[in-house]
Amino acid sequence: MNLAKVIGTLWTTKKEEGFVGAKLLVLQPLTGELKPVGRPIVAADTVGSGAGETVFYVTAREAVIALKDDVDHMTPVDAAIVGIADYVNGVER
Amino acid sequence: MILCRVTGTVVATQKHEHLRHNRILICHPVDLKKELTGSSFLALDVTDAGEGDLVLVNREGGAARILFNDMHIPLQAVVVGIVDGIDVDVDQACKARP
Repeated sequence: MNLAKVIGTLWTTKKEEGFVGAKLLVLQPLTGELKPVGRPIVAADTVGSGAGETVFYVTAREAVIALKDDVDHMTPVDAAIVGIADYVNGVER
Repeated sequence: MILCRVTGTVVATQKHEHLRHNRILICHPVDLKKELTGSSFLALDVTDAGEGDLVLVNREGGAARILFNDMHIPLQAVVVGIVDGIDVDVDQACKARP
């Protein structure tokens, strides 16, 4: 699970139907010290996060699991936001 | 499992319902000389580890699901132990890839 900043959103009309209903956001991964690291990624959102927020996300199979609750089919994602950080090391985000 | 130093905590009221259980710790991998290496990540804690503790982190989703007995927990890393001591011949260890 890693921290990231929501830097944008993304919408697609033509897509694999498993994606229907998934809200896609563009994330810049951050280290625990909130420094940007690695390439931006696209992740599905499960907690209603918005642009500018510091969130944390899971990848691989756990990303699909994160989305499993509210849909009956498997959404083909490899990254899913699972929380919005209020404080990191005591600093409000 | 890997050795990490707890370098901070994350407080999040709005999060995935299956992550409600435990505190979120920021873990930074350390090499066998206990120097920070690589980049930090987040893990759920089950040992009440505190900032600065040397801990053992299990980085596998399946283990998290078994540990929390919850097939819907979207989690890939769990702090499973606080290391009291380590006695190892460091010269025989390969340098951790950066």
